[in-house]
Amino acid sequence: MIGTWPCTLPGGRVSEELVLRFGESSGPKILIIPPLFSEHNLMRRQLVQLMRKLADAGIGSVLPDLPGWNESLQPLETQTLAFWREAMAQAARANGATHVLAVRSGAVLTPPALQGWSYAPQSGAKLLRGMVRARTIASRETGQPETSEDIYQLGRTQGAMLAGWRIGVAMFSELELAEPPKHDALVEIKQGQVGGPALWLRAEAAEDTEQVASLAGIINSGLAESAQ
Amino acid sequence: MSTTPTASDTQATEETGEGTGLPMSRAALDAELKSIIADVLGIDSEQADALDNDSGLFGHLPELDSMAVAGLLTEMEDRLDIVIEDDDVDGEMLETYGGLLAFAEGKLAEA
Repeated sequence: MIGTWPCTLPGGRVSEELVLRFGESSGPKILIIPPLFSEHNLMRRQLVQLMRKLADAGIGSVLPDLPGWNESLQPLETQTLAFWREAMAQAARANGATHVLAVRSGAVLTPPALQGWSYAPQSGAKLLRGMVRARTIASRETGQPETSEDIYQLGRTQGAMLAGWRIGVAMFSELELAEPPKHDALVEIKQGQVGGPALWLRAEAAEDTEQVASLAGIINSGLAESAQ
Repeated sequence: MSTTPTASDTQATEETGEGTGLPMSRAALDAELKSIIADVLGIDSEQADALDNDSGLFGHLPELDSMAVAGLLTEMEDRLDIVIEDDDVDGEMLETYGGLLAFAEGKLAEA
């Protein structure tokens, strides 16, 4: 269930971060990488339901937090994507992950050494575009309109608060270039295969048991195939 | 900005049918847009079908915050194959379902 894992920070200090663990400690163990920022909140409940479903099928899974996420004591604004990638690889090792399921923008953190699945992967540029757009809409509402170009400039030079997330200069610039990895050991799952509406589009967090079953089925049969 | 065609402007063009170069019929666009809104609001297709031109969107639906609207616009870009600029986004476009539909029609006519 809920525990912590020791994440070594760039300066060498260790930060204890939360991790959710479900299922068997032996056998396959799936590292769940949630989408970044707002979509993490929208998808977390669904992903936890998926972890329970996988556990019922005898498949272990872990959902680690990284510095700057959720209850982490580390500030978000000083985080970099390069460090998050390294931290996710640390989390994979520390938690004994054998496979990965990266969701949406979480795909940009996929540790290269792991095989697994990339669910509806989203590039960092697309993620930023949505967050910048949200800020243009919000600032218009408050009567102090800003253009996207203003916000991109701000993000690149000073960092920017986007949809309630404080994105530092390095993170902003790295996200503009971050692409989800594509290789033979990473199977892409499209929303059409899962069926039903994409839950990350929702204005409020939701869960969908049919989609959970469908995703668990895709993972289960993928593991069975690779075991043959 | 003010050159965005209204629903009635583009309706005539689309009803002429073949050869207009429009990528999507009005009915198909209406269905796709309702499907996108259903996904964002988490409503079923029957509820989405009940949306009419006067149905209120942003400002009427408290759950539709700026991030959800941004997601809606990005999904429209992906599924309708259009690009939505900052200047396209105004109160009128987001106020009602009819406003959003007219906007999407205008964008598709430009394409």
